[in-house]
Amino acid sequence: MSEIDDKERPLDVERLRGDFPILSQEVNGKPLVYLDNAATTQKPTAVIDSICDYYREYNSNIHRGVHTLSQKATDAYERARVRTMDFLGAGRPEEIIFVRGATEGINLVSQAYLRPRIEPGDEIVISTLEHHSNIVPWQLLREQAGAVLKVAPVDDNGAIDIQAYKDLLGERTKFVSLVHVSNALGTINPIREMVAMAREKEIPVLVDGAQAAAHGRVDIDKLGCDFYTISGHKMYGPTGIGALYGKAQLLEEMPPYHGGGEMILSVTFDKTEYNRLPYKFEAGTPDIAGAIGLGAALEYIEEAGIESIEAHEKNLLDYATAAVSSIDGVEIIGRAPAKAGILSFIIDGVHPHDAGTILDQQGVAVRAGHHCAQPVLERLGVQATVRASFALYNTREEIDLLAQGITKAVEVFA
Amino acid sequence: MSGLRDLYQELILDHGKSPRNHRPMDGCTHQANGFNPVCGDKVNLYLSCEDGRVTDASFEGNGCAISTASASMLTQMVKGKSVEDIFELRRMVGAMLTSSPGEHDQEEIEKLGKLAAFSGVCEFPGRVKCATLAWHTLDAALKDDEKTISTE
Ligand SMILES: Cc1ncc(COP(=O)(O)O)c(C=O)c1O
Repeated sequence: MSEIDDKERPLDVERLRGDFPILSQEVNGKPLVYLDNAATTQKPTAVIDSICDYYREYNSNIHRGVHTLSQKATDAYERARVRTMDFLGAGRPEEIIFVRGATEGINLVSQAYLRPRIEPGDEIVISTLEHHSNIVPWQLLREQAGAVLKVAPVDDNGAIDIQAYKDLLGERTKFVSLVHVSNALGTINPIREMVAMAREKEIPVLVDGAQAAAHGRVDIDKLGCDFYTISGHKMYGPTGIGALYGKAQLLEEMPPYHGGGEMILSVTFDKTEYNRLPYKFEAGTPDIAGAIGLGAALEYIEEAGIESIEAHEKNLLDYATAAVSSIDGVEIIGRAPAKAGILSFIIDGVHPHDAGTILDQQGVAVRAGHHCAQPVLERLGVQATVRASFALYNTREEIDLLAQGITKAVEVFA
Repeated sequence: MSGLRDLYQELILDHGKSPRNHRPMDGCTHQANGFNPVCGDKVNLYLSCEDGRVTDASFEGNGCAISTASASMLTQMVKGKSVEDIFELRRMVGAMLTSSPGEHDQEEIEKLGKLAAFSGVCEFPGRVKCATLAWHTLDAALKDDEKTISTE
């Protein structure tokens, strides 16, 4: 194993684990080994407290009260927006829209940005690696507007075929929507290059960063994409909150996604004047506590150091890949050269679902199934995999327990 | 880890590994497809009925050990039974799979014969649907329900 790069300050994992109260429990009589981080990560005390503090001390609606608590809540909510902007390397707070998660971010773009512009026969390019949430919204648009969906292929390792992707970008391509990091395989797309290829042809690009943003530095300014979306619960924050970055100019041109309070300046029955950005896209009372929790999560990540997290998880992935693939009958699914801390595998003679139960009996939480990414698994010739996914608090000892659990599963079904 | 042994009894492991009546059927009188979208388990069930009695049963599909063993044993158990008896069997299996651990109706379990191997499944709520999939599909087949049966 290579040692962690000197440039990055190594994580003090033991100390950080202490920040996550949920990790110190036993499951089925065994210490919990939580390796289902791609589904959702655990929450540090700082995040839990930020939510409790809001409800205990300054719960109020935002942007409308003249009273002190409302001002406090508004400030905290808007601070979270600025933090999200800084975290993603975006330039202006009004380019950050709070949404429920990556799914809502993608739906917002498909309906409010693309739908009004798309003509029958126009093409949308995605890739085989997409999560269902970056497939179905475009299929809806295909039905609604007669758009054509084009899918960039991957090779047998689960790495994108960059030339084939480039060849798909044509006269009729109106939009490109790409996953940054695959949740099923861990493949990291060469996203800067892919965005640049589309931007060269002036095709707008959305990047689904649900699996990327908590595991490596996202720099939207350098990336140059038009939209970028994240999910709070996959980055140590609460569920039900996420963010969509959109270039201000595009957001300005777009009609609102939902209508209601907060997103308007004035309403008469004849005419409604929409609010300015980002409020135009935040109809109704938002998840105030969620946004505050997301802000606290991003602060937590920055304090730990995103580069250090990335190095730590890379280290875990290398260790896990070696440990798991050395077990007889285990095959790693997804061997792209660039991978985030996600390890998908199958075990000869043991269905992933059964492996998941056996691992759970040993306290090891993994995901078994198609991971809401059926097309890419089908492309690699499997219906389901077992998936272990890592976060900043995971250790090599936990991976040893994963490997022991797999060996146990092999024994049960031998 | 007694729980695991309860779940993966020898009989289940055996049928999971070597399912019986795992074949398509030409000229069947009843057919239904079951699907669990959460894990992708599939059971396509074929029945031949004559005078209200099942004369042959088979299935195709793939899934975990529990769902495969469940379908396999189902095809064995329904063969030769009247449709009426099959619905009663199905009711008892459903009751066993969904009762709270330790609260089984022992009398009924004994009537179930080797299907009693599934009595440990109720301790694993996440796996109950694996075991019930084949039985839901059986329902649909006997009721001539054309659409794919989903556990969700
Ligand atoms: C790559 C990817 N995109 C999008 C999503 C959807 O995120 P959410 O369910 O939080 O909206 C997920 C969640 O699993 C994901 O992994």
